[in-house]
Amino acid sequence: MTHKLVTCTVNGKKRHYHIDVRSSLSDMLRGQEGLFSIKHGCDVGECGACTVLIDGKPFNSCIYLAVWAEGKDILTLEGLSDTRGTISDIQQAFIDEGAVQCGFCTPGFIMSSIPIITKETPSTREEIRKQIAGNLCRCTGYEKIVDAIEKTQKKRIEEREHTS
Amino acid sequence: MYNFTNLYEANSVQEALELKKQYSNALFLAGGSDILIKLREEKIAGSDLISIYMLDELRGICLEEDGTLLIRPLTSFTDVSMHPLIKEHVPVLGEAVDQIGGPQIRNIGTIGGNICNGVTSADSASTLKAYDAVLELASLEGTRELPYGEFNLGPGKVDLRPGELLTGIRIPKESYEHTYGHYIKYAMRKAMDIATLGCSANVKLSEDKTTIERIRIAYGVAAPIPVRATTAERAATGKPVNSQLLETVAEHALADVTPRSSWRAAKEFRLHLVQELARRAVKIAIEKAGGTIA
Repeated sequence: MTHKLVTCTVNGKKRHYHIDVRSSLSDMLRGQEGLFSIKHGCDVGECGACTVLIDGKPFNSCIYLAVWAEGKDILTLEGLSDTRGTISDIQQAFIDEGAVQCGFCTPGFIMSSIPIITKETPSTREEIRKQIAGNLCRCTGYEKIVDAIEKTQKKRIEEREHTS
Repeated sequence: MYNFTNLYEANSVQEALELKKQYSNALFLAGGSDILIKLREEKIAGSDLISIYMLDELRGICLEEDGTLLIRPLTSFTDVSMHPLIKEHVPVLGEAVDQIGGPQIRNIGTIGGNICNGVTSADSASTLKAYDAVLELASLEGTRELPYGEFNLGPGKVDLRPGELLTGIRIPKESYEHTYGHYIKYAMRKAMDIATLGCSANVKLSEDKTTIERIRIAYGVAAPIPVRATTAERAATGKPVNSQLLETVAEHALADVTPRSSWRAAKEFRLHLVQELARRAVKIAIEKAGGTIA
């Protein structure tokens, strides 16, 4: 089978992967980088458990060819904690709000929430729900997930106003 | 690992066309939100693919010199819905594609893929039909233009000749100017769902906002392919803006559709939606145009 060298930035570090061209981005990042926050859920772009950010936007890595990652900047859940392994505010908020039960969907939800919590103006709960509509959770009923995202966004906006 | 055989990556439109000539059975792969999924379901297992996803020359939206709106086919649904030219000239198209799937699908899915795929439920299809979009189809022999209204030949079947690739979607100025549209997607869920029925309507009113100068209505899932409701359009053109107009549209639209029963909905319910969505979409389009229905 044809193989190819793919060069991209993953969680801030430049990486080279020698891959079978038939790989999905999720295959490449799990198999070669051990980024197991990426879940193989439905594998057809319906559940969002494999969500990663590519150049800042959420994508399902299960339906994205690994070769398309060439030159791209990719962020996964592992890239959210600092070098000492301290988790980020949004991860802590998921814990605090009880937004995690079995946890399988959690990394995907958190990655989908990044574009929301980095916004400069507050979102309505309806807007938050629209932004996480590509992620399925079968345990929590979504309310606590929306709470966690809403509170983190609010906190970040307040902190920015405080420092500026 | 996807179940395809060979992957050919095109670095230009020219190269894509040459690859297609060489490997005529290979499928063009844009965002892949249909093809990569069908590979998972093994429906097209073993196919060869020509990836055009990296062709930035097929991405973006601009106005041509004569005011024609040109949408390149690899523009993602997200980029269509966020684009200032779409918001200014054809906001209804942005609103329609913003109802597709969820954010991740809207980031990878392309408007060109949506219509080349040829399914009746494509959320961009009815609005593009209702705006008389014109397609630019390129092959090594040259480029031809085809009204989008003639593109769909049957379910999943479109008029792409061997070796052809969609390279542009155009909406003429005359088609969007002073024109206001509204799209309604009726589905069981607010996201990650396929339309049970979709209706896109747009109107151009007389200067005093009391008469329909032009009305165009198109449906998705009301027939094997996306269709224009030409009987309803003819019946409503030139008519005064009032509640009777909505009834005229609803009544005549039935002549333009041939919905079927599926596990999503019965034919009878779809016929009901054909009438009700037309009433609602036309009413809102008229209100957006500055008209009022008492």
